[in-house]
Formats: sequence, structure tokens, C-alpha cells
Amino acid sequence: MIEVEHLTKVYNGRKAVDDISFKVERGEILGFLGPNGAGKTTTMRILTCYMPATDGTARVAGYDVFEDSLEVRKRIGYLPENPPLYHEMSVYSYLDFVAKIKGTPSSKRKSHIDDVMQKTSIGDVRGRVIGKLSKGYKQRVGVAQALLNNPEVLVLDEPTIGLDPKQIFEVRSLIKNLAGDHTVILSTHILPEVSMTCNRVVIINNGKVVAMDTPEGLANQQKGAERIAMLVDGPVDAVREKLSAVDGVMSVTPEGSNGSPSRLTVECKLNTDLRRILAATVVNQGWGLLELRGISASLEDVFINLITKE
Amino acid sequence: MRNTLAIWQREMKSYFVSPIAYVVLTVFLFLSGFFFYSILTAVIQSTMMQSQFGPGSQPVDVPGIVSRSFFGTTSVVLLFMIPMLTMGLFAEEKRRGTIELLLTSPVSIFQAMMGKYLASLTFLVLMFLASGITFSSLFIFGHPEWKTILGGYFGLFLYGCALLALGLFISTLTENQIVSVVITFGTILVLWLIESFSSGATGVAKDVLDYLSVIGHLDDFIKGVIDTSHIIYYVTFALMGLFLTYRSLESMRWKS
Repeated sequence: MIEVEHLTKVYNGRKAVDDISFKVERGEILGFLGPNGAGKTTTMRILTCYMPATDGTARVAGYDVFEDSLEVRKRIGYLPENPPLYHEMSVYSYLDFVAKIKGTPSSKRKSHIDDVMQKTSIGDVRGRVIGKLSKGYKQRVGVAQALLNNPEVLVLDEPTIGLDPKQIFEVRSLIKNLAGDHTVILSTHILPEVSMTCNRVVIINNGKVVAMDTPEGLANQQKGAERIAMLVDGPVDAVREKLSAVDGVMSVTPEGSNGSPSRLTVECKLNTDLRRILAATVVNQGWGLLELRGISASLEDVFINLITKE
Repeated sequence: MRNTLAIWQREMKSYFVSPIAYVVLTVFLFLSGFFFYSILTAVIQSTMMQSQFGPGSQPVDVPGIVSRSFFGTTSVVLLFMIPMLTMGLFAEEKRRGTIELLLTSPVSIFQAMMGKYLASLTFLVLMFLASGITFSSLFIFGHPEWKTILGGYFGLFLYGCALLALGLFISTLTENQIVSVVITFGTILVLWLIESFSSGATGVAKDVLDYLSVIGHLDDFIKGVIDTSHIIYYVTFALMGLFLTYRSLESMRWKS
């Protein structure tokens, strides 16, 4: 659905986007992750035909964003970083205007606007002036605007910014429901958002793609080892010695003071589950096993790891 | 066409929900009414003085003199009003970020530009219609030459077309309405004052300066003479403004 090849954008001699390539399949939700200024917004602006690339190509639904800009624009719903709202208009007349310039036929316009307002739950403010709405409502009017005319591709630049936790949840589930019929690209720097909503993640830093995988895949890829946290009631040194002797254990690190019970982190070889053996070892020695759990690397670790690598 | 209409409609609405439309209309009507009144009393006074010299004096075309001086002052009042109509057209879109919506929706730059330009022209025509109320009093109490008056309005309309296109262009250059209005006003003022420089010049320089003066071309229209060379001047001026607007919007994509 979306094909980006060797995309580069130079601003005043600085490369904001540097040779980015990725593909998004129909019905997929792709998360764009990166620190501020990484090039997320620039990439999205190129995809939505707001600005041309310096080099490389981008195609949406088979149309080149530069050659067939009009065809691409007909198929994209775009929520920019700052929702593009006319503050003096009422919510309904604003959506009516957007539907008109997006070419929604007049017979379908009203039902379509009602539908979009219901999806983003802004029906109760339909007659209110946009400038007087709270940030959360404004953001949702922005999302509603992007959904108008049922675009095949949705490009959402930080769609949940400024929303309260309940609204964030609503917008996320809205986006999840959109997948399938629509192809979605969303950018964010909220990490749980990506693992919750996206099928695939592209992490970019300084204009370059540093990683691209499913959220789970990324987490595994970075782990390198299975880690298990234990809380054992017994003499620390003896516990350490016994556990290190278990086959497959790479290291045992005690945490905190040497008091009893002692907290330890055990690192094991990848793709092994030693929890049963470790438990048996502790119990056979007559020590108390108070806690045992696997630690999975969070996307956060992955992100920080990738971004700070250089 | 439909896109242009949608943008025109939105622009008209936004004129009338913001105070700009009301302020501009009120001030324009007050000033034109005030000038109309003072011109009328001055003309009547002078004709009365003349008639005191005896019945032999020349008859005076009161409505003609009134309408001529009225169009003259109106053109100056418009000089101040027109920058207000165009200041926000693109500057406000840039400031609010709605330009991103316009440029990423399936609307061409030309359609967006024309929608806005036509909205400002429509507003200008509304101002003319409103000022026509004062003119109607001439028809009640006298028999003015309606063709001359129509010619005057036609001239003012062309003059408005030219200045609005200039203002539209300047509005694409900044995201600040105040900067937009000041630059537009300054530019128009220079184009107006060129006339006074021309009095000191001679030969070709004088001809060129006279030709450039934006208000000089109005004189014939106000007298009721419709000369194609003046029409060409204003139309070229307007097309030039629109061309620059188009180019400026196009280059915004490359720069931003």
C-alpha cells in the first residue's frame, strides 16, 4: 500500500530524513517511533504530499507522491502534529467544509459526518465553536477530519497527544478498529502506544531507520538472554554457587544487601526456560523460594538501547 | 470549481464571524457617508454663492460634481480598507497550520487561491452596494447621469481587483496578519504617491511614473470615460498579483 524507497530530505544542508526505506501492507498499522526531531514528521509530510523529497521515491496505493500528488491526496487522511482547525468555525461546519474539499458527494456528506463524529465521540459538541473547545476535543476533531471521506491510508502524527487517559484509550481502540479497512501510519514517542496498537514498528533516529520489526520481535531481538528474577530465603553465597552450577545459567547477580532473603537476577541462555530447574534446585537445598519470575525486556529498553547506541 | 466554491464559502463565513467584516464595513460606510455629506454641502454652498451674482451664470451639474469627488475620496478610503480584507487570507492559514490541510487535500493551489481571491472581491462588491445607499439620495433629489456613476463603480472595482491581488500575494509571505497589513498598505501607498513624484519629473520618466500610479488610471473612469488602456493596466496588475501568489504558494512547499 505504501512503499518508501531511499527517501531523503535535506533542510538547509542538514539531512532531516536520510535514505529511509520501508513498506506498509494493506490493513496494517505501522508505528513510527523516534525521539523529537528524528524525522517522523518530515517523512509523514512527504507521504502526504505537503512537501517534496530531496531524493528517493514514495508511493501510496501505487501512485507516486510527487508525480500523481492529486491521486495520492484523494486517498490519504492526514492529522498533522497541530490539528489544522479553523478556530472560528463550529465543529459541524468545519467537518462539512473538509468533506467538501475532500470531494464527498453532497448526498452522503451529512451521514458521513455524523458517522465520523460518532466514531470520535464529538457529537455532543457539534454546534460549538472549535476555538472554545478543550485540547482533547480539538485533537479528536482533528482525528475526525482525517477520517472524512473514508481514506484508504491514514497518516496520524501523534494522534493521542493532549488527551486524558480515557480518551487515549478510546482513540487507540478507534485506530485498532480502523486497521483492516484502512492502512495506518502513526507516529508517537509514547512507547506503550506502539506495543498496544501497531503491527509493526519502525524506529528512526537522526533521520535513519535503526530498527524495523514487530513490537515483540524487537523486544526479543534486543534481549540477548533470558532473565529471571528470584527471591530466595537462604545464605547468599551458597545460593549463588548452587544456581551458577545449573546447566544453562550464564550468570547470577545478587541485588541489594546481603541480608536474607536475597534477591538475585539469573541470566540464562536464549530460548531456554530454566524456571523449573532453578526452583527445584532451591527447594532441594531446603531454602525458601519466595519469588520466581521471568523478566521480559520492555520496548522501552529496546528504544533507549537503539537510540543511544551511537 | 466545487473546491473553489467551498473555499469561497468558508472564507465569506469567516469574514462575518470575525469582527473584521463589521469593522471594515462600518468604518467604510461612515467615512464615505461623511465625505458624501461634506462634498454635497460644499457644492451646494458654492452654487448658491454663484447664483447670487445673478441669473446669467452657468448652470451647475451638482450631482455630477458630487459623484466625481465622491469617487475620488472613496478610492483613498479603499486604500486603507483593502489591506484589511486580504491580510489574513493566507497569513492566518499559515499561523494556524490549516495550510497543511489545504495543501494535503485534493485541492489545487489554483482553486485555493481563487476561492480566497473571489471571497475578497465579493466583500468589496458588498461594500460598494452598501455605499450605493448614499448615492440613491442623488437620484431622489436630482437627475444624475447613472451611466457615469456606473462607470465610476466599474473603475473602482477594477482598482479593487488589482489591490486585492497584491494584498493576497503579500499575505502568502508571512504568518503574521499585522506584518501582512502593514506591508500591503505601504506598497499601495508607494504606488499611490508615485503620482506626486511624477510632477517633478520630465520626459519619459514622467510618462512611466504617471503610468505606474495606481490611482491615476481611475480619473477617466470617474469622469465616465471607459478607456481600454486603463482596463488593461488594472487587469495586468491583478493577474500579476495572482501569478505571484501562485508562485509563492508553490514555493512554500519547497521551502517549509
